Amino acid sequence: MVSAPDDAPSLTGAAPLIDVHAHFHTPLSGRADWSAYNASRLDAGHRMGVIAHVASVLGSWGHRSPTYFPSPHDLTAANQWMRDFAREDAEGRAQRVYAYVAVNPNHPEHALREIREGIAQGAVGIKLAASRKADDVLLDDIAAIAAEHDAPILHHVWQDRRREWPGQDASDAVELGRLASRHPRARFLLAHIGGGGDWAHTLHAVRDLTNISVDLSGSGIDRGMMDATIDAFGVHRVMWAADLTLCTGLTKAWAIDAIGLDDAAVADLRWRNAVRWFPRAAFAVSEPGAVA
Amino acid sequence: MTAQTPMAPWFAEVDVSAWIGPYPFRDVPHPDPEVLVRVLARERVRSAWVGWLPSAWHRDPAAGNRRLIEALAPWREVLVPAVAIRPDWPHWEQELTFGLEAGAASVRCYPAQWGLGAGHPAITQLAHACAAARVPLHITVRFEDLRQRHVMDSAGDVPAAAIRAVARAGTGCRVVVSGAGRDYMEEVWWGLTVEERALVHFDFGWMWGPPEDHFATVVREVGHGPFVYGSQWPLRLVQQSRALLALLPHEIARSTPLPVPGVETVSRPA
Repeated sequence: MVSAPDDAPSLTGAAPLIDVHAHFHTPLSGRADWSAYNASRLDAGHRMGVIAHVASVLGSWGHRSPTYFPSPHDLTAANQWMRDFAREDAEGRAQRVYAYVAVNPNHPEHALREIREGIAQGAVGIKLAASRKADDVLLDDIAAIAAEHDAPILHHVWQDRRREWPGQDASDAVELGRLASRHPRARFLLAHIGGGGDWAHTLHAVRDLTNISVDLSGSGIDRGMMDATIDAFGVHRVMWAADLTLCTGLTKAWAIDAIGLDDAAVADLRWRNAVRWFPRAAFAVSEPGAVA
Repeated sequence: MTAQTPMAPWFAEVDVSAWIGPYPFRDVPHPDPEVLVRVLARERVRSAWVGWLPSAWHRDPAAGNRRLIEALAPWREVLVPAVAIRPDWPHWEQELTFGLEAGAASVRCYPAQWGLGAGHPAITQLAHACAAARVPLHITVRFEDLRQRHVMDSAGDVPAAAIRAVARAGTGCRVVVSGAGRDYMEEVWWGLTVEERALVHFDFGWMWGPPEDHFATVVREVGHGPFVYGSQWPLRLVQQSRALLALLPHEIARSTPLPVPGVETVSRPA
């Protein structure tokens, strides 16, 4: 991987970006280019001005157990790899990779043990994907321990899921909203408003639940989506993110500049909301007047 | 505010994939020609080939062509009409003549919405006519991601076989494809002879950049020649193709001058 020179200006200007929805691959992913994938993410992030990747690994990404139904064994290995990667990447440089703990609620004892151990070892949040619907009672203990540790939950969401899709027990905003209502002290990050489905439904479904914020990631770049999301939630409950496509992340970072927000709102979207939402992360960023 | 990628005075000559007009399945902000002109200026794109968005879902696109040409009239230095021609409709040849006389830069055809399968003889006839008129035939694979489509938007994507069929028909017609991802583009490209593939150009805005690096992979494999710049405005954020170019690995960006890819080869002669 060949990057731009270190002194090249960021593609998105001087203000930092924090990617609150990132993923990496591991040797267990079953793809020969796992290391190149990770290098590409870090390289493109550097060129875009991403100072922090808050990331998870969903088990073996389908190699040994399904991506959205990962086995406990795969999750333990993936979570440990994720934390090790974050620590090793920070050797000799400011930390730029932060770990979620990814868990499968169908294995409750394992999930709680992973969360406790992960947070004790530096994880900054919890990742729930699509192993169980968000409103299932099996998620209650996870939400409770998240509140106890002040660790936000990033929850995979299919915007307005109108049927069951193969390969996952996807939740939509209504289902996540039920969990958030039961756990007002827990904080949730509704994943990828641009990640598939009808984002307009989500805006109405959870706009009144203030312990839910949304991330802008996903391959979807519908015109009007960002404006409507910010109108629905306000700038303090929306975070820039990339997920699987940093190209659409760059598009959205540029679009943030084109929709008429003031500098403070732009900073909220790009990084300040992430600083507020992830108190355990202690991101290496600050500015005069910033809430950090 | 951001300091964007250093660029030539014009980032691209032509956005081949723009529309104006409303979208039937959701509200799209300001799909108006005066807004498109401002967006192009902001993005440093010199001009756009512009279709009438509702025409894809109209049985007869003729009325939409007239509304398009009327709406673009004040901005014809920048916005060039791309008329929609349904080749299984009576007297479509006259509609094509009307569009060409109005200065159409390209011809849009929506096979999925109009029920024309891959290899349909009417599309081949339209390709012959476009080749004779030296205008490209533009086929839109998809307007939205499959996962978000309205329950009434049941047409589906245009299969790659439809593109291959046009390229293989021996008409000499140049084809512009928008809405194609990596797999689709590769299926078309490697499914054609060298001579056939030279006729096909891809708006690359739906490909994925890093970390999967689909766009970089295809540029490495096939070069930049097949690619044209397109935005699918007003449905999609216009910055996407520029973002894909900006995030190409440095060794590709350095060796592959992409900013105006292929447009001159699909433009009508002056």
